[in-house]
Amino acid sequence: MSALLKVGDAHVAYGKVEAVRSVSLEVADNEIVTIIGANGAGKTTLLNAIMGILPLKGFAAFAGADMASLDIEDRVAAGLSLVPEHRELFGTMNVEDNLQLGAFRIPKAIAAKSFERVYTLFPRLKERRKQLAGTLSGGEQQMLAMGRALMGAPKLLMLDEPSLGLAPIIVADIFRTIGELRAAGVSVLLVEQNAQAALKIADRAYVMELGEFVLNGPASDIATNARVAASYLGFTHEGESAI
Amino acid sequence: MNTTIMLFLLQDGITNGAIYALLGLALVLVFAVTRVILIPQGEFVTYGALSYAMLATGQVPGTARLAVAMGVVAFGLDLYAARRALRLKPVSRSAALNIVLPAAILALTYALAGPKTPIAVNIVLSLLIVAVIGLFLYRIAFQPLAHTSVLVLLIASVGCHLALQGLGLVFFGAEGLRGPALSNAAVTLGPLRFTGQSLAVYGLTIAFIVGLWLFFGFTLMGKALRATAVNRLGARLVGIRTTLSGQIAFLLASVIGAISGILIVPITTLYYDTGFLIGLKGFIAAIIGGLVSYPLTAVAALVVGCVEAFSSFYASNFKEVIVFTLIIPVLLLRSLAAPAVEEEKD
Repeated sequence: MSALLKVGDAHVAYGKVEAVRSVSLEVADNEIVTIIGANGAGKTTLLNAIMGILPLKGFAAFAGADMASLDIEDRVAAGLSLVPEHRELFGTMNVEDNLQLGAFRIPKAIAAKSFERVYTLFPRLKERRKQLAGTLSGGEQQMLAMGRALMGAPKLLMLDEPSLGLAPIIVADIFRTIGELRAAGVSVLLVEQNAQAALKIADRAYVMELGEFVLNGPASDIATNARVAASYLGFTHEGESAI
Repeated sequence: MNTTIMLFLLQDGITNGAIYALLGLALVLVFAVTRVILIPQGEFVTYGALSYAMLATGQVPGTARLAVAMGVVAFGLDLYAARRALRLKPVSRSAALNIVLPAAILALTYALAGPKTPIAVNIVLSLLIVAVIGLFLYRIAFQPLAHTSVLVLLIASVGCHLALQGLGLVFFGAEGLRGPALSNAAVTLGPLRFTGQSLAVYGLTIAFIVGLWLFFGFTLMGKALRATAVNRLGARLVGIRTTLSGQIAFLLASVIGAISGILIVPITTLYYDTGFLIGLKGFIAAIIGGLVSYPLTAVAALVVGCVEAFSSFYASNFKEVIVFTLIIPVLLLRSLAAPAVEEEKD
């Protein structure tokens, strides 16, 4: 499998403070990769830098092309898409308009197919298509954010904390959908604090601590790693886990 | 006061108010999309009006040459911005937009300008000239500052206003100009006489409002502009270029300004600096609408027009003072109603 996203020796800094230090990562075609880690480890910072929202020092290539000279819009056009932590929806516009704008960069004929695909993945959005995005519940907003990103037919979808602040039953729903994306030919880079759920659907995982990757490997190995189990999985007991 | 005078003043107020409404809508649009408070909006009015008036006398207005000069600067900026990765396609696209387009408009103006040129041709030429000036103004003055604060953008905006006003003095001279009316027809309805010109003002204002509503509500590009206004980062994440949105907003604003000017210049004599005052009245309407609400702005503009008409009848010396005083209670009310909001960071 060839690497779809390749990041080498990446540093991201806010002024003099380095939030991400010397990070290297790869996502292959049709792969689900997760980055887990505590709050403030630098996961969101790393995703934002890969998207071009923050400047990244180091090497980053997507689909074989160096991204150094590309801005956010170019990266979107190349097939990279980010569902940000705060979702960044168009609150005063309805669901359908939000989705339609997700297909801003692709031809109309393909956009029609994208609508179908997104409405199949999230039937709830179809029911709510005339409702303003700002009036949706948290879970529906997360679905809309993912739907909007998928409308552009991305090759790689980057998800930043999709489970944040959502009820467990909706989290389960969203993770099931993420699992289904692989069948649609979309690779996923998933950043999560809910390590247990993330490790269940991912192929490979990176563990981030204080701006650096401390561990990486197949998700099943990471899930059984003693250190990870103690720090990230320890406080979810068998009976009451999210999934 | 009898009813006839009152009706007459109302008619006058609504005609002016319609123009202010157009300008106010353009201001709201530009602010929502780019966070620029467009002080040079008044210059678009003057440039449109006086270019049209000069073309009507058969002369080529200096604005056509200004458009070419600004295009060259804009092209230079594009080249500089892309200096690390010069690719043929974007460079040639930039050359077509910034060099070929204004040069073609200038050539067309030279070819067509004459004392016998039809009014419609003169209108189209003036609109084209001002439209590209608006487009290049964004590229030169505001696109490089797009990430800065509202205050920096406002200062740049004042600078653009002063520069364009000064250039207006160079192009049009200190004396005022008046343009030919779009139509000399007139309709009498009871005590009121509607000239073809005032009917054109109403018609075009309504057409523009409907057109903008259709554009923003039903076209992908219009929705993209709204999206940029609602959530800039969200818009970028779906691939909408903020620069493209800004260009379209400025293009619309300059065309709206120029149309307003062409509508006014047959009614009153315009000087190189008159546009500023007219633009300010649109600005008052926009402020009353909170710089966000299009319908409120349009209604406020009609109120501004009527207040102006009545105050010029009762106390013509204080006409402007009374109109601009309208803003104080509105600002007071708004400051009481809404808590101070920190400026967005991006």
